[in-house]
Parts: sequence; C-alpha cells; structure tokens
Amino acid sequence: MTLSPQAFAYVSDLVRREAAIVLGPGKEYLVEARLLPLARAAGAADVSAYVSSLQRSGNPTQRMAVVEALTTNETSWFRDGEPFEVFRSTVLPELLSSTPPTRRLNIWSAACSSGQEAYTIAMLLADHGQGRKAEILASDLSTEMLDRTKAGAYSQLEIGRGLPAPMMVKHFRRAGTQWQVSDQLRAMVRTQRINLATPFPPLPVFDVVFLRNVLIYFDAPTKKAILQRVRQVLSPQGYLFLGGAETTLGIDDSWGRTTIGRFTLYRPQAATPGANPPVATAPLTTTVLPPRWAAAAEGR
Amino acid sequence: MRALVIDDSRTMRSLLSRQLVALGYETLQAGNGQEALEVMDQAGADVPVLATVDWNMPVMDGLTFVQRVRTRQEWRSMSLMMVTTEAEYDQIVRALAAGAHEYLIKPFTPEAFSDKLQLLGLLPERAAQ
Repeated sequence: MTLSPQAFAYVSDLVRREAAIVLGPGKEYLVEARLLPLARAAGAADVSAYVSSLQRSGNPTQRMAVVEALTTNETSWFRDGEPFEVFRSTVLPELLSSTPPTRRLNIWSAACSSGQEAYTIAMLLADHGQGRKAEILASDLSTEMLDRTKAGAYSQLEIGRGLPAPMMVKHFRRAGTQWQVSDQLRAMVRTQRINLATPFPPLPVFDVVFLRNVLIYFDAPTKKAILQRVRQVLSPQGYLFLGGAETTLGIDDSWGRTTIGRFTLYRPQAATPGANPPVATAPLTTTVLPPRWAAAAEGR
Repeated sequence: MRALVIDDSRTMRSLLSRQLVALGYETLQAGNGQEALEVMDQAGADVPVLATVDWNMPVMDGLTFVQRVRTRQEWRSMSLMMVTTEAEYDQIVRALAAGAHEYLIKPFTPEAFSDKLQLLGLLPERAAQ
C-alpha cells in the first residue's frame, strides 16, 4: 500500500464535496485501486505522487477524473434493462411453472460487486415471484464488496444509476445520507467469497446463474474452466446470463443458445435435447422461442 | 423529439438543455410551472415527449405543475421527470403519487440523467450503451 494519509485525506475530501460520497477510513484500498490507472496514464510514480501533483495543480479536468473514477460503479440496477426484462418476463415464469411450489429457487449473482445485481434480482422475485421462496447467492472475490452487499446501503449517486423511482420507494428507505434496502430483500441475499478462477466451494444447484461482464477479465483457458465449473452447479434446466459482449461460443461448446428479442441466454445443451436450437442453425437476429417459452410468453 | 426543461435556475436549464440537445432533442424552456403550462398550450398538438421538472420555483412549483398536467387528457403521453434537490423519501412518494414518472435528485451526473431517460424509454438508440 503506497497511499499516503495526506493523499487519502485530499481525495476523500474531494469526493465528499463533489459527489457527496463518504470514503471513510479503510477505503484506502479502493482509492488506490481506482486511481492507479489514472496515475499510470499521467506517468506518476504511484497514486500518492499523482494525488500530490493534482493537489498542487488543482487541474479541474483531472479532479473530475478522480471523482469519476471513485464514483463510477460498473454495476447498476436496471441500467442494462434487457437481461432483467428477459428474467422477469420469460425465465422466472418458466421456473415458477416447471418446479414444485414448495421448492426454493436458487440464483447466483457471481462477481456481485456492491450487490446491485443481486438486489435487482431480489426486487423482481419479490414483485413477480408469486411468493416463492428464493435465495440469491451474491459472491465476489473482495470481502469489502461482500460487506457492502450485505449492508445493502447505497449513496444517492449509486441509487441514481438506473433504479426506477417507483421501485426505489417500494424497496428502499432513507437512512441518513444513504438508501437502505428493505429487510425483505436483504433476507433473500446470502453472500459468500468465491474466486471464480479456482475450483468452487460446495454450492447448491442453481436455477439461474448471472455471470455478467466477468469472463472478459480472464484468458481463454480460464474462461473455459469457469464455464465448465458453472455447468456443474447449474441445473440441467437452468439458465446462464452473460454480459452483452460475452459468449460461450468457441470457448465451451457444451452450451446451447436461446435468443429472446435481442438478448441471448445460455443453457446446458446435452442435458436438454431439443430445448435449445443447434448453435450452427440458430438465427442471430430473430426471436427463437422454444414451445414452453412461447407458452409462457402468451401467458399460459 | 422535443423536451421541456422547467427550472427557475437559468444555469440548470441550460445544463439540462445541453445534455438533451447532445442526445438529439429539441428543447423548450420555462422558469416555473405557470410558464411551462403556457409553453405547453402554445405547443398545441406537438406535445413534448418529456418534461424535466424542478420542485421549488416561484409562481407555480413543480408538484403543482405535475398535478395540472395530469388533469389534461391531451398531455397524457408526456413523461414527467422531477429533477430537484428535494431528497426526502416522503417527497419522492408524493411526486410519484401526483403523476411524476421518474425522480432525479440534484446534484446528478450526466450518466444518471441518461439512465433515467433510458428507464423512460426516451434515450435515443444511438446514445444507449
């Protein structure tokens, strides 16, 4: 850790004034991690040196870049609306009708960051899950992120990123300067530290795995290993959500693809013969609805 | 697409207008709710698709404007987004109950504003990520 107390004090004061985000003691790691790319780009020896040069120059563009780096969160509520719309309109109704009413639904939000995805899923289950028992496992490599997820408290700026106002007032309460997620949603989310790049600890069988914008950070052999491990913990009838720029194609061909609107979902192929169109013939731009999905879409 | 920016601060009006214009909108401006109703009446059948509405303004505040808009059938298609420093839970509930569709608390980032437009289905395709 190279961040000096003076540099941390300057940055936390800047971010508090500019973005109303409080970086309390213990956030040195976050500042270091987020500002390192800026420091490198500026040719500074380290983050402390970068911050002290900024302190001297007061350059407004650089100051804004620092605030941005510390306030931009990769994950945000419903901003990438499509996967959640597909989950709500198609996947969830299918799961509810194809599993016994007493069976708990198991969903995994892998690399959950500060928990927005896990709570977005929880909101959809609370509002559209017909009272079905469900557990969302939120995992991350960072214990700091897991603590944040567990706390379920978000700043004004974080809550502003793509959470519809009607859902915010339904599922959150004001707690000082923060917004606190409801106890009902918090009770649905369990956190666990999991390193995706190494063998998984014992996990339940999942109905749905959200592994969005994670694979992009790994090399091809690791991607393949992760996809294979995910297959082992995903129900044969389960669903895998990947990020918009990610695919199983050419990495692990044991997955079938299904396209809903413009969104592609992945399912274990061999285990559900006929449920997935063959990859080679699956049209990329048209909607493919297997019979039972079509039934769900028609409200049956 | 046309948007109506309602705020008593000229700085705020021009900031919001700039962001909307950059997204491909044509913008109208009003300094309070009463002025905004007049602008709407003049616009006739060419109803803006969006109004950003400040809460605290002289003459007519934003909440009253939202309530007035909701009484006019011909303006039902317009999306209403409160953009205000009022950040209390009860106020957000009040605004939504009055008929606002979205609520953005000042200060906000350009990304947060775009997110809200996207939620309203009003972010032009080319600007969406």
